Amino acid sequence: MPDAHPKHPTIPASAGVGLKPVHYETILSERPDIGWFEVHAENYMGAGGPPHRYLEKIRASYPLSIHGVGLSLGGDEPPDPDHMARLCRLVDRYEPGLVSEHLAWSRHDGSFLNDLLPIPYTRERLARLCEHVDRLQSALKRTVAIENPSTYVAFDAEDMSETDFLSTLTQRTGCALLLDVNNVYVSAVNHGWDAASYIAAFPMESVAEIHLAGHAPDTDDFGAPLLIDAHDRAVADPVWRLFNDVLSRTGPRPTLIEWDNDVPDWSVLYDEAVRANALLAEALGTDVKAMSHAG
Amino acid sequence: MPDELQSAFAAALCDPDLPPPAPVRSSGKRRFDVYRNNRAVALIDVLADIFPVVQRLVGEEFFRAAARIFIDTDPPRDPVLLTYGAGFGDFLDDFEPAATVPYLGDVACLEWARRDAYHGPDAHSVTIDTLADFPADRLGQAQLTLLPTLHLLRSRFPVGSIWAGVEGVDMKRGEDVAVLRPDMRVETTVLTPGAYGFLSALQDGAPLGAAAQAAAEDSAEFDLAANLQGVFALGAVIGITDRC
Repeated sequence: MPDAHPKHPTIPASAGVGLKPVHYETILSERPDIGWFEVHAENYMGAGGPPHRYLEKIRASYPLSIHGVGLSLGGDEPPDPDHMARLCRLVDRYEPGLVSEHLAWSRHDGSFLNDLLPIPYTRERLARLCEHVDRLQSALKRTVAIENPSTYVAFDAEDMSETDFLSTLTQRTGCALLLDVNNVYVSAVNHGWDAASYIAAFPMESVAEIHLAGHAPDTDDFGAPLLIDAHDRAVADPVWRLFNDVLSRTGPRPTLIEWDNDVPDWSVLYDEAVRANALLAEALGTDVKAMSHAG
Repeated sequence: MPDELQSAFAAALCDPDLPPPAPVRSSGKRRFDVYRNNRAVALIDVLADIFPVVQRLVGEEFFRAAARIFIDTDPPRDPVLLTYGAGFGDFLDDFEPAATVPYLGDVACLEWARRDAYHGPDAHSVTIDTLADFPADRLGQAQLTLLPTLHLLRSRFPVGSIWAGVEGVDMKRGEDVAVLRPDMRVETTVLTPGAYGFLSALQDGAPLGAAAQAAAEDSAEFDLAANLQGVFALGAVIGITDRC
């Protein structure tokens, strides 16, 4: 079969936006100057209809990243082969520049739990996760990027930090990482970590993509701040500052604005992307380690 | 391998009366509740998106309460939630608090059919001219292949009119409805007498002659010529073959 999307094989190190159905028409009529789009894989696993019609058209003009939310790589069971096969078909069809999934689990005993659930950072869990990531990368015949989670509870009796866990994951499987800066901030506030130290310890040479999103403030039973990874508003100022810190270490990387709930007008999303692009442009001169996992 | 932690975590996620499993550091209820809420609210939102007319008929508060019970009785098994809620209509039929709105389940079935058609396989409709190429003496043996997204619903309530928001409709009069997506738009059509029997027979693979017979048995008012025009006009036919 001829390459259907020869013009956009890779994702540029500029700002992209999460593609939402309410913006399909605007994007096709206005052809905004935006680096790339990302979709949730599971939203395009229907047989046909308007979602595929629009995505085909948008893919013809823009690079695309496919972000899975349902493989449950952190689960006790291996990723569902049928679901992996559906992801393979989607990747074959749209030829995305990046494919990513989560450090989380969402499936248990045949039930889909519809949230990105946390795992304790132990050697045993790491071994299982590595096996699942190996299976996925073998099935797709390509590198995937694994995203750091936002978490609300912690576990007793862990063997290592989240950054050590992710570092070892990339060393053992050769996977890339998707650094969600909002997730870092949310987890840091929720668990009393120092976000800057987390960023300093993160294996930046493996970062293939960055996510930025908005979070909702709440409090726990004891009045301590509890941030919710709600994706329902603009990126918060401390997250922008942390993003800048990340860029000083990585140089420009593909950076996604995620806004999945209470989705605003296209112009609002576009303005967030412009803001990210300004910081990415400033980071252009940054002297950084070679990027080994792109594409 | 079964995993005690994830089993206990999953159980507590779906049942607020259960405590989080022991390895979760004790830190009050609200932190674990974020996961419970994320799961429930996201699934209820999925249902609200699929069933807007059901929600309009009973109000948001009632809808979300009913949806919360539904997700406990019929939780998703597939990470693809595009057509989650296939059983919501049957659930509402048996849902005691909704007994005063007896047509609610049928409206839900119609809305789910629309969602399923929206994401269903694409296919190209053919026009009635295609029939003109068919040998006239073999028309009775013509096999009409119908759109894969065609859903047929028969209700003892005027479900199509209720869904469309028609006012002053006779609630004692039942309606047959076809839902289908000939191109990118999902169409919802109230069928004329006999059309349900005709389309059902065609969908089951009956040739034209046998389908017309089944339709005449379904309704004495069935008019073959008008219905043939009708099914092609709907865009319901994607191919004609000779079943010899």
